[in-house]
Amino acid sequence: MSDIRTVIIIGSGPAGYTAAVYAARAQMHPLVFEGSVTAGGALMNTTEVENFPGFAEGIMGPALMEQMRAQAERFGAELVTDDVVSVDLSGDIKLVTDGEGVTHRARSVILAMGSAYRELGLENEKRLSGHGVSWCATCDGFFFRGQDIAVVGGGDSAVEEATFLTRFANSVTLVHRRDSLRASKIMAERAANDPKLRFAWNSVVEDVLGDAKVSGLVLRDTVTGTTRELPVTGLFVAIGHDPRSELVRGQVDLDAEGYVQVVGRSTATNLPGVFACGDLVDHTYRQAITAAGSGCAAALDAERFLAAQGE
Amino acid sequence: MGATKQVTDATFTDEVLMSDKPVLVDFWAEWCGPCKMVAPILEEIARDNEGLVIAKLNVDENPQTAASYGITSIPTMNVYQGGQIVKTIIGAKPKAALLADLAPYLG
Repeated sequence: MSDIRTVIIIGSGPAGYTAAVYAARAQMHPLVFEGSVTAGGALMNTTEVENFPGFAEGIMGPALMEQMRAQAERFGAELVTDDVVSVDLSGDIKLVTDGEGVTHRARSVILAMGSAYRELGLENEKRLSGHGVSWCATCDGFFFRGQDIAVVGGGDSAVEEATFLTRFANSVTLVHRRDSLRASKIMAERAANDPKLRFAWNSVVEDVLGDAKVSGLVLRDTVTGTTRELPVTGLFVAIGHDPRSELVRGQVDLDAEGYVQVVGRSTATNLPGVFACGDLVDHTYRQAITAAGSGCAAALDAERFLAAQGE
Repeated sequence: MGATKQVTDATFTDEVLMSDKPVLVDFWAEWCGPCKMVAPILEEIARDNEGLVIAKLNVDENPQTAASYGITSIPTMNVYQGGQIVKTIIGAKPKAALLADLAPYLG
């Protein structure tokens, strides 16, 4: 069995990498499980990030994550592109088993697994996934050049995807269950002024149509209850995220929606030596900068916990 | 240069459809984050498995092939055997899951 580590960090978005930067600079020699196909986290699927302080001209999401990763590595964080498949966090020595079946031991663990795309939960959405149904506008927008497509959702990410997709598509219909956007004012204004963008207000996607690929949507009006068909060849789903807390369910206290519960303003969980940060704990803000801030807090909390233990 | 090889619209028929060995074609692009995440895994699989050829097709530079196979989402990984698609994998997956999907073609 391997040596006992000071800290293991699970996850690699802004929260995980920032925790790694702080832990590495505190000489805690963090071992970071970045995830085998999720390294870099949700920002890897985005384009321009305009609101991360310090980048006056904006920065591409993947480039920002590459910078954070390099910064963690520079101070000696050990970064592993693998998944964690199971953990035992109950004892003083935490056990973390990776995708190769190797179990690592540590005195503290920082959870930063982030969140996963929410699905509509329709059978045809799953069946036509990759055949017109997509969760990644930056990846797949290219394939819908000159076509009529739809985005479902009303938050910042939905509006960002919709405006991005107008570069390619003939038209983009934003399907939203309310009569106004939840997105920030600047995003909503940009959307309202986009000539290629249409809005289907008070509407939910009831079904996705098409045999081999998407040919349309069935929309239901949330006010009148009537349904109508919207002929589109693509559907981009941007209805939010759910915390990726499955790994620790049954060990760490979660709330009703599956977010890891932390004590007050700290990142402490119900288990001593286990800290949580980023989208995994955040109902409210869910920004790159707030995730990075809480990653910093988690590293400092872990450092203080270990100091108090007489490490 | 890694263990994977590049194919284009021009070489697709010769190098993929006419290949003696099964060929996995990774449809990818520079601007696709998940494609970048799965790329090193495909390099490893290519290095460790001689029975399966792993080829990469840049959809930006080779739109014809991508369109003719109806690709609307990347990464898409199609396995071709005797000129026919025998397996389609859509989206980045962990190495263990990819190996399980590809087991019949690894030789």
